[in-house]
Amino acid sequence: MTADTLIYQKSHHGRRATAQAPAAVVACDIPAQFLRSPPPLMPEASEMQVVRHYTRLSQKNFSIDTHFYPLGSCTMKYNPRACNSLAMQTGFLDRHPLAPEATGQGFLACMYELQQILKTVTGMKGVSLTPMAGAQGEFAGVAMIRAYHDARGDQARREILVPDAAHGTNPATAVMCGFSVREIPTDAHGDVDLAALKEAVGPQTAGIMLTNPSTIGVFERNITEIAAIVHQAGGLLYYDGANLNAILGKVRPGDMGFDVIHLNLHKTFSTPHGGGGPGAGPVGVSERLLPFLPIPVVDRNSDGRYRWLTEQDCPQTIGRLSTFAGNAGILLRAYIYARLLGREGMQRVAEFATLNANYLMARLREAGFEPAFPKRRATHEFIITLKKQARELNVTAMDFAKRLLDYGYHAPTTYFPLLVPECFLIEPTESEDKDTLDGFVAALVAIQREAEADSARVKGAPYTLPVRRLDDVRAARELDLIWKHDNA
Amino acid sequence: MSNIPAQLKYTRSHEWLEQRADGTVRVGITDHAQDLLGDMVYVELPEDGRVVKAGEECAVVESVKAASDVYAPISGTITAINPALAGAPEIVNSDPYGDGWLFCIQPANPAEIAQLLDATAYEAAAQDH
Repeated sequence: MTADTLIYQKSHHGRRATAQAPAAVVACDIPAQFLRSPPPLMPEASEMQVVRHYTRLSQKNFSIDTHFYPLGSCTMKYNPRACNSLAMQTGFLDRHPLAPEATGQGFLACMYELQQILKTVTGMKGVSLTPMAGAQGEFAGVAMIRAYHDARGDQARREILVPDAAHGTNPATAVMCGFSVREIPTDAHGDVDLAALKEAVGPQTAGIMLTNPSTIGVFERNITEIAAIVHQAGGLLYYDGANLNAILGKVRPGDMGFDVIHLNLHKTFSTPHGGGGPGAGPVGVSERLLPFLPIPVVDRNSDGRYRWLTEQDCPQTIGRLSTFAGNAGILLRAYIYARLLGREGMQRVAEFATLNANYLMARLREAGFEPAFPKRRATHEFIITLKKQARELNVTAMDFAKRLLDYGYHAPTTYFPLLVPECFLIEPTESEDKDTLDGFVAALVAIQREAEADSARVKGAPYTLPVRRLDDVRAARELDLIWKHDNA
Repeated sequence: MSNIPAQLKYTRSHEWLEQRADGTVRVGITDHAQDLLGDMVYVELPEDGRVVKAGEECAVVESVKAASDVYAPISGTITAINPALAGAPEIVNSDPYGDGWLFCIQPANPAEIAQLLDATAYEAAAQDH
């Protein structure tokens, strides 16, 4: 492929594209002194140039629509086309977020039912759909923990416990909400170290943030005991929903004793994601956190009409997280996905996600790769460690990852979680067929042979992509993202 | 195995500690740790004069792979930080035990030093990680 020029570099003064041109005169009531002059610097290109430019860029994507994408802890699964087309009906697309409730009953009904579905599938007592991404969901969840302790006059609880196998954003969220973080170690088989947990809890404990299954791809077997220890100490349990795909319709966080949960709809409920969103991170809560849910939430009156609940209805709410009510288009796609699957379909998601992960782990083990937790059954994802290859062949996990791109596979998550050296965190999801999984194993076996015969071949990868091995170090040390227009 | 000088003391979290003639100790991260982390892109150091407890987070080393906390191996007061690292974090990779040191501590309780690992014990502890 050729090196790309920017659309601005293709610009010639006076060239026009009818289809993409802005309407000549748009009636507006913005006072003249606020209108800009001169007009903004826009590229001037022909219609064909514009079409080719963006089509070519789109072809450079490594995406779930073009490649197997086993990015652990990210649940890169198929986004059904039906969800897209149904969510793009004009009744949804043209609805103004400030339109009166009376004209938006259909949309509100969808949001209400999505709240109900998420409550049922997680075992929580209340759900708010408003957080606009997983990170904002986490923020809302931990803010509710803080609001709960503050409402009880229990201001001494300022520490959040985070196991080292939890999702990487958890400690960052706790700090954002004004807590200090204490890390809890993992034992040799991937469970939380209970002795260390017992020692860590106390009157300073606000709560614990857990990902279950954890980021090492195993189910936390002592979860009920962990819940008891933290609850007895007066703390609350936070569930990071990043890995809900493994247990969807099978086990419910509410039944495990969790008080608050966020869900990544763009993972488990298959809305498009990657590259920064838009996402959706609804939060679910147990009884005691219900008053603190972020608003707005949809309620159903006794006459069957739907309405938004606001500050007047929820005086203890942690407040609003966005101008309106979350990413409506993403919430709709998740709603449609959930309705298409139904209860049995959701269970099949969990069954096939775990079956695919365990099949892939077994095949890779047979092929000589080393699982990080060989005694544990995988959940929806698992870890292999390439420390032997790094030590004996000087070929690292990053080298394997880059070479996989040449074979037409997106690399798994690398070097995360940090507690396993030279690791690949592999999540195939339920979307993939056996042929694809077998092809991925064959690619890794081929790369292993290359590494043994000619390690330089692997270390020089990738060879077939628009760019070769990037200099991450220089990019991080000398970050430069500014492009200046010649005429600016 | 990586370079583990015999005259230094170590922690399980991969810090090294060197006792100096003026009674202070110098702290850095081990060759093994810098090798695991890979190319450094940023080092955040504690403020001069800060009082730290043993095991307290007091610096961050960030590589292309990860940002990692550095813990105070012993309790005391920070008496110096390495000014060269702000412009050249890669020194931690090239010379982890020398020019790549992070900070110095005036020990509050010198007896804590004896409880740290020696080179042999650190080598055993670092075997897998």
